[in-house]
Amino acid sequence: MKPEESATTGADLLVKALIDEEVEVVFGYPGGAVLPIYDSLFKQNRLRHVLVRHEQAAVHAAEGYARSTGKVGVVLVTSGPGATNAVTGLTDALMDSIPIVCLTGQVPTHLIGNDAFQEADTTGITRPCTKHNYLVKSVGDLARSVHEAFYVARSGRPGPVVIDLPKDVLMNKHEYVAPPKVAVTHKSYRPQTQPDPKKIEQAIEMIAGAKRPVFYAGGGIINAGPKASKLLTQFVHLTGYPVTNTLMGLGSFPASDKQFLGMLGMHGTYEANLAMHGCDVMINIGARFDDRITGNLTKFSPGSKKIHVDIDPSSINKNVRVDLAIVGDAGIVLEELVKAWKAKQPKVDQKALKAWWAQIDTWRARNCLAYKPNNKVIKPQFALERLYHHIKDKDHYITTEVGQHQMWAAQFLKFEQPNRWMTSGGLGTMGYGFPAALGVQIAHPEALVIDVAGEASILMNIQELSTAAQYRLPVKIFVLNNHYMGMVRQWQELLHGGRYSESYSESLPDFVKVADAFGARGLRCEDPDKLDDTIKEMIELKHPVIVDVIVDEKENCFPMIPSGAAHNEMLLGPDDKQSAKVSEEGMVLV
Amino acid sequence: MSKDTIVAHTISVLVANEPGILARVVGLFSGRGYNIESLTVAETNAQESQSRITIVTKGTPMIIEQIKAQLDRLVPVYRVRDLTVEGPHIERELALVKVKGVGEKRVEALRLADVFRAKVIDAKSDSFVFEVTGNTDKVQTFVGLMENLGLVDVVRTGIVAMSRGGEAL
Ligand SMILES: Cc1cc2nc3c(=O)[nH]c(=O)nc-3n(C[C@H](O)[C@H](O)[C@H](O)COP(=O)(O)OP(=O)(O)OC[C@H]3O[C@@H](n4cnc5c(N)ncnc54)[C@H](O)[C@@H]3O)c2cc1C
Ligand SMILES: Cc1ncc(C[n+]2csc(CCOP(=O)(O)OP(=O)(O)O)c2C)c(N)n1
Ligand SMILES: [Mg+2]
Repeated sequence: MKPEESATTGADLLVKALIDEEVEVVFGYPGGAVLPIYDSLFKQNRLRHVLVRHEQAAVHAAEGYARSTGKVGVVLVTSGPGATNAVTGLTDALMDSIPIVCLTGQVPTHLIGNDAFQEADTTGITRPCTKHNYLVKSVGDLARSVHEAFYVARSGRPGPVVIDLPKDVLMNKHEYVAPPKVAVTHKSYRPQTQPDPKKIEQAIEMIAGAKRPVFYAGGGIINAGPKASKLLTQFVHLTGYPVTNTLMGLGSFPASDKQFLGMLGMHGTYEANLAMHGCDVMINIGARFDDRITGNLTKFSPGSKKIHVDIDPSSINKNVRVDLAIVGDAGIVLEELVKAWKAKQPKVDQKALKAWWAQIDTWRARNCLAYKPNNKVIKPQFALERLYHHIKDKDHYITTEVGQHQMWAAQFLKFEQPNRWMTSGGLGTMGYGFPAALGVQIAHPEALVIDVAGEASILMNIQELSTAAQYRLPVKIFVLNNHYMGMVRQWQELLHGGRYSESYSESLPDFVKVADAFGARGLRCEDPDKLDDTIKEMIELKHPVIVDVIVDEKENCFPMIPSGAAHNEMLLGPDDKQSAKVSEEGMVLV
Repeated sequence: MSKDTIVAHTISVLVANEPGILARVVGLFSGRGYNIESLTVAETNAQESQSRITIVTKGTPMIIEQIKAQLDRLVPVYRVRDLTVEGPHIERELALVKVKGVGEKRVEALRLADVFRAKVIDAKSDSFVFEVTGNTDKVQTFVGLMENLGLVDVVRTGIVAMSRGGEAL
């Protein structure tokens, strides 16, 4: 066969490459620059395309798909505004280490730089918000770039990768290049997954010698695949030590386990934060010492020796200097740790450990998540407790928007498995949860998928109700409607003398009617006594549903470590205000 | 050395010579608020399409460690070496220095150029362009001396550096 005969257009090559990368679904939105790709999609039936209503939502949907499956999420958008609309999603995926490949259209190569119609410098704009990006200038490079992009997105510390595709490249012809059979070795990019065996030994020694240990486990364990969560659980059980999770790590250790201290950090539990503050050995696996965790760095866990396991050397010693750094994949490192622990059977100081647990139990006894029940208005915490009661035995996935409701969801819903909890942690993107839930539902058609939302956040991507309707995605939007940008109001209360500047959710739509207008179902509940029935009805409806839960407007989220404070300077509730003197340094922090 | 001491480091980076690579490196520095004191880049291996970037940067030891880790994390980066910590190395830069003047000053400029082993690479009846090579100190001293002798223009390459001994990067 002559080369011309076997040659296909760039657009067809692209689709073939995606299929070879085992892509099942693409979240996208068409436009002039990507019309050849849409034409190729039209001519095949292996790849499913899900038409979103805004490109930001395409990326969040792909993130939800990726986080709930462990696969790479794929996005397709047009040039110019299509690409710029995707930027928030890409930044979100970068911050939370979510593997995404985003295909962007571009004006033909000969027009690049001419301010052509719908031209944007997409590789320039996305350079700081992607793990890597490509501008494909010749159709001969297309298939190889796609395969490389998938490898970069999913390997090492996962992240978003953009492939910018000029229209002429999509229309020119070339032969297809299949993905390499053996795992690619990239010429310059070689993430380190295998730990240094000497460091495993040192870690075992430090861990075994601890008197007041704590495991601090983060999103890196979820990134490392479900096996890593199993190994974490096994290792924690072997040692008998307490464990806490970051917001991104929830689900990596079963929440119902008695060794679990709950989430740590700004809105973490009393026991988790005090254990972090008072420990003598901290074992960080796949967490990045984020400022929501550390609070005031100079007062962060002052007396501990710290071990940090991370696949990305730039996460190590970035915020907190550690005593033992192990670069490697969390799953592989945990496997080595479990093996070494079993082989060595080290003697742990059981007396010290018992005293440490006794201390932790006194902290637990403070019951820091307690709230004042009320039989007239629905407390947001109560709403989530009831929600959890009704979903816990069902195959369910939770996503969230950003705000108080997100923190309450993290505190009051229990995560027993990885990949069940999708939230925007690093960027904190309002508008993330609903499109992410759509992506989750696409991946798990039979599961119960719930977006825990705030009334302000949900308006940021509400147009996706149309997508939900089109594809009959029975996602449930559980709005904790407090008529405020509650998280903003809480900070204004704490830091700005209760001057609630622009944080009231004015002129809200009637969410029940909104649902109706989009062909979804709307429910409303204002009465604590009717909440159970409403939740049951929501679950039973085989449609997309918005539940407008009218909750206490003034409730704040506790515990809280004010900005600039230390772990042992936590506010436990509304009556704890006297100690809430936020320092000048704290005021400038976000 | 205290953990807050600001130190200068010379870092050598071997990269794939592909479009946008310099923007990635420079964007990293500006985006994360790191300093660039000097930066040079050129292709050094045409066959493999590799370039060497030499960066002089300043920061606390923790920042320097971050800079190296962040550079190493860029997909087209092969290797990052901190010449300042990895043993003895040589640093050089080149400057072109234009001096305008006649009479005594012109003679004195030429005499000093000789002392600094600077070459005359352009001469007119009332001007010279000198080429001077050396470490930053030497180049700076030479330029400083020319200031009183009719200096009108100066251009510098920035630092290139290499480890001493037989080892490659
Ligand atoms: C309103 C709001 C409030 C918040 N409050 C809190 C709070 O109270 N508590 C809290 O915990 N968070 C909170 N967050 C989230 C916070 O901002 C961070 O997103 C989160 O703490 C980071 O989690 P992480 O450290 O697990 O890191 P991630 O962002 O999940 O990063 C993962 C780390 O693991 C590494 N890694 C990736 N893959 C692997 C692998 N295979 N093997 C090993 N390592 C790997 C990465 O390099 C990285 O260092 C809040 C967010 C918002 C929006
Ligand atoms: C896109 C975006 N804009 C602004 C913010 C800042 N912000 C954080 S929480 C919040 C309020 C969220 O209100 P709502 O969705 O009602 O949630 P609540 O806190 O009331 O539960 C705002 C404005 C953000 N996180 N994301
Ligand atoms: Mg609200």
